[in-house]
Amino acid sequence: MRNVLKISVKDVIPGQKESLALQGISSLKEPSDRIVKLYQGARESFEAVCHPVGVVADITKEDFVRVYRGDGRNEASTPVGEIFEKADRLALFAVTVGHDVHERINELFGQKDFALGSMLDSVASAGVEKAADVVEARFSRYSRKRRSRSEPIVTMRYSPGYCGWHVSGQKKLFEFLKPGDIGITLRESFLMEPLKSVSGVLIQGHAEIHKVEDKYPFCIQCDTHSCRERSLRLDRHVTSRSANEGE
Amino acid sequence: MKGSDMGILEDISSALQRGNGKDVGKLVEEALAGRREPKEILDNGLIAGMNVIGQKYKDHEIFLPEVLLAAKAMYAGMDILKPLFLSGKMPTLGRVVIGTVQGDIHDIGKNLVCIMLRGAGFEVIDLGKDVAPKKFVDTAVNEGARVIGMSALLTTTMPVMKNVVELLKKDGLQSKIKTIIGGAPVSDEFARHIGADAYGYDSMQAVERIKRFFSEA
Repeated sequence: MRNVLKISVKDVIPGQKESLALQGISSLKEPSDRIVKLYQGARESFEAVCHPVGVVADITKEDFVRVYRGDGRNEASTPVGEIFEKADRLALFAVTVGHDVHERINELFGQKDFALGSMLDSVASAGVEKAADVVEARFSRYSRKRRSRSEPIVTMRYSPGYCGWHVSGQKKLFEFLKPGDIGITLRESFLMEPLKSVSGVLIQGHAEIHKVEDKYPFCIQCDTHSCRERSLRLDRHVTSRSANEGE
Repeated sequence: MKGSDMGILEDISSALQRGNGKDVGKLVEEALAGRREPKEILDNGLIAGMNVIGQKYKDHEIFLPEVLLAAKAMYAGMDILKPLFLSGKMPTLGRVVIGTVQGDIHDIGKNLVCIMLRGAGFEVIDLGKDVAPKKFVDTAVNEGARVIGMSALLTTTMPVMKNVVELLKKDGLQSKIKTIIGGAPVSDEFARHIGADAYGYDSMQAVERIKRFFSEA
């Protein structure tokens, strides 16, 4: 099954905290009024120019093996390599907030409005992750309908370029998913256009399958702690499920 | 906003630090009317203000958006001064060629470095994005630039940086043209590995390292 997902703009507007974090502003510090005003301006601008859209296509484990292997440049041992075999369901996805966002950022830099341009870039980066959250949530919701409510079923996404999955994996992913119909293309360097796009695999299964140890060599060098944050969410999810089941 | 004749350069610096481009423009006009030399206004007003901003950023007193607001204010002053220099070009600390490497079209980081370099008083030749190794080297040679700055945001485009360093080596230019790299996937270690002269963690550090190239020369 392959679905193009229309996503509401209001669902991808990122909060101040995550946008400012991408500007290097810690949530522990109170931002100045000028920074808050800039964020608000960037958010309004993002709202005006973003066109979020996504595509999701189910994939069998056999087909995913070929996609995941790519050109054979993945790390020898990876979390996705361990997880996907235990999954109940896999799907490839791609999502974007559209071309106009980058155009607007360039315009702002051209007008020497560097601070607003840079803030819009951060808002858009946070926004496309929210769009990916929406895709993940919809896929998850659809599958939950088919499962018993008491089972702690969790969907998590993984992307080429992260967690030992070499970025060249984009090529096979694009060959299978064909996201050109929603305006996402791939350059030879495996860079997606529009720039503010995310692609990857949605892995759905029992919450326990997603728990991986922080044992991989590439984790040491990785600055992206989203997997750890997601693991924490996973722990909370399993805990609350267990508590509810015990009631 | 009335600057005394003696303190007008400090007033320009202060207005710039507040990110107030309108005040910077008015004060620069006022300083010129008071027979201040454009070079003096540039060095002791605008660049002095940006140096304070750079230090505050380094000390974590301010954040990137405040630096960029100051940079915009600086440009407001520079736009007034530029036509007053005889050559029509601002006097500079040196010339730097910069670009995002071939295969990569991420340019925000590269643009920030350009802004900071200009703010520090350098002349920047911005080649844009998706720049081939030969273009970096040819431009640096033809324009007499002493530094090439390269940005990459993809692991797959990092090797292009090595190609530029190797081209310089092959042409015997490595001692004349320094290289600095930046971008999320690169590091000090990678810079050493490919033989680049420096790595800039962020735009401000890139400016510091480039200043060091020129002071060492």
